[in-house]
Amino acid sequence: MKTEQTSIVEDKTIAVPGEVIAQGMGFIPSTGTYRENENIHAARLGVVSVDGKVIKLIPLSGTYLPKLNDRIIGKIIDVLMTGWRIELRGPYSAVMPLKEATSSFVPRNADLTQYFALGDWVVGKIVNVTSQKLIDVSMKAPGLHKLKGGQVIEVNAQKVPRIIGKEGSMISLIREATGCNMIVGQNGLVWLDGEPQAQLHAVEAIRKIEDEAHLPGLTERITAFLQGKSE
Amino acid sequence: MAYEKRFDERGFDELRPIEAKVGVVKNASGSALFKIGKTVAIAAVYGPRELHPKFLQNPQTGILRINYNMMPFSGHGERVRPGGSRRSKEINMVIQNALLPVINLKEYPNAVVDVYVELPQTDAGTRCAAIVAAAMALADAGVMMKDLVSAVAVGKVEDKIVVDLIYEEDSYEHGSDVPIAILPNSGKVSLLQMDGDITPEDLQLMIAKAKIACQKIYDVQKAALKERFKKTQGD
Amino acid sequence: MTHTTRENLLASFKAGVHLDGRKLTEYRSITVRKSVTRSAEGSAHILLGETELYVGVKLGIEKPYPDTPEQGNLMVNAELRPISCEKFEVGPPGDEAVELARVVDRGIRESHAIDTHALCITPREAVWSVMIDVCTVNATGGLIDASGLAALAALLDTTFPKNTDTIVHYEERTDKALPIDSYPVPVTVYKFGEYLVVDPLPEEEEHADARLTIAMTERNTICALQKGGVSPLTADEILAMIDIALKRAPELRKHVLR
Repeated sequence: MKTEQTSIVEDKTIAVPGEVIAQGMGFIPSTGTYRENENIHAARLGVVSVDGKVIKLIPLSGTYLPKLNDRIIGKIIDVLMTGWRIELRGPYSAVMPLKEATSSFVPRNADLTQYFALGDWVVGKIVNVTSQKLIDVSMKAPGLHKLKGGQVIEVNAQKVPRIIGKEGSMISLIREATGCNMIVGQNGLVWLDGEPQAQLHAVEAIRKIEDEAHLPGLTERITAFLQGKSE
Repeated sequence: MAYEKRFDERGFDELRPIEAKVGVVKNASGSALFKIGKTVAIAAVYGPRELHPKFLQNPQTGILRINYNMMPFSGHGERVRPGGSRRSKEINMVIQNALLPVINLKEYPNAVVDVYVELPQTDAGTRCAAIVAAAMALADAGVMMKDLVSAVAVGKVEDKIVVDLIYEEDSYEHGSDVPIAILPNSGKVSLLQMDGDITPEDLQLMIAKAKIACQKIYDVQKAALKERFKKTQGD
Repeated sequence: MTHTTRENLLASFKAGVHLDGRKLTEYRSITVRKSVTRSAEGSAHILLGETELYVGVKLGIEKPYPDTPEQGNLMVNAELRPISCEKFEVGPPGDEAVELARVVDRGIRESHAIDTHALCITPREAVWSVMIDVCTVNATGGLIDASGLAALAALLDTTFPKNTDTIVHYEERTDKALPIDSYPVPVTVYKFGEYLVVDPLPEEEEHADARLTIAMTERNTICALQKGGVSPLTADEILAMIDIALKRAPELRKHVLR
């Protein structure tokens, strides 16, 4: 009987593109990896994630690629005949058709800039992504609206889940400690508003999360950091 | 005449000191610095991002665009007037061809991945240094890649095959200059150029020596990429 | 896509701070290194916050300009390289780069920082030409001030190569330093409504009403001025901006004179 050679790197190892992370036909290459003969290789720079026989690569960096149902923050960059074009950060802009902009009735020859004008910032939701990467955005659901005042910062799109936290726990922590209003877009943009010093502390807390996301005890450290700032 | 000792007294197969650092241009999606001897290349990636003008967009695949630039004060001798030249156009093309085999551009239809390489100081081996830096920058940017790319300029001076030419060897009258780029995991060659006069046996030996040298450079590329994210992983 | 609304920015300025917590007339941290590239006759590298650029000085021998037959030539070129910011494009220097180069040039030229008479080799025939090139690597605001500072540092780092008549032997350096007589430093002050600030972040700078670059010598005299931006300035505002420059120039200069 032929014995199969198998080996695998440790879970949570960083792998560079092309690096062999597992050997053996029993493993299943999942996102961020590819198989060549016996070997499974990294298909980008990332962290190896082993789940039984399934091997994934979690990206550490990289452009946001739009997904259905993602909440996003964007900027109106064009007013079209039947809607608006929204810049999302990354290679693909989105379109918000008239019927997705608002629940209220929009008359036929309405001036669309009354609703959203060039340069307006909005929080919306992705409702369609085609294989050609054409994206539709909607603002009809509650919690989706034009953004007024405040500032927008760029964050690493891969770190967004850590910034939001489990069930929004991390973002709530920052909101309560600073008194800032904050909205996090899956596309790596965060909108915030509040007193100048409060905004500064909120931004510092977010940068700290980006830098220390994988170290243990993140919540405790961010709590301590914010407490220190309010003294 | 025999080439007994190299101008800088290195071994014939010896690389100059090399150094790499990832994440050096904060505005970019990904970036890296690569230093080999006195040649310094800084590469930065912007993208994948929207490609303008629209007629250049390809719905089947993203495109890769390279812009290589030696700073006016970076060369030996006089100041070099800024702006593209025929040489830099050609270098853009060969760097592009060296990197294309490993990048999965089909993931980014209609988009462009822009790679910029700036050299503040040069001492031969510039296109190879640019490729080494660019490969790290692309990985840092999270671009889908099958492999990294490593590169080195091998040559022949009089009767000796030498690895990693310096300016004096590169410009030597009876010398040959062979820049080579290798894909480390498959050993395939993605850049090969030659100026000079060599035999097929010479070339075979040069490719073999280049593979060994590129393996050493690849180790440094790997270490630099992992070092960049080590802090975020904990120690 | 980093962005702030004008109202949010003014609220921050009213509270006395930039968006990153600095006081209004405080610069981000500055590091200047000289002799960073051996192929140039003089060079410097500067970090102002995250803005990073190289300046190189090359010397050559050329014919003098007809109206200055016994003086050397000076040329400043600046490139806002696409590597440094997503909005910069490939191609020849645009308006912003040309203005930057000319402002830095004026500071150096009008202060007589370089003793151009000492650059004369043979009157009307051959003089040394000083060619300064600014190349950005990461652009996050403060480019004019950073370029001017780094250019001065590069000049202070410059030594002559050997020459036989009009042939330059670049491989052989001498100990002879470029003769520098003055140390001009540009301070650019920006106006946002009623607030005057220095070193704005890029997301702040887009809301500026106007700016005034003041090149200050070590004798506290002004050797160059450049107003930019659309809004006009009152005489009082101009004097207030000059006052800020007077206060800030000496500490900027310290980074270069070390």
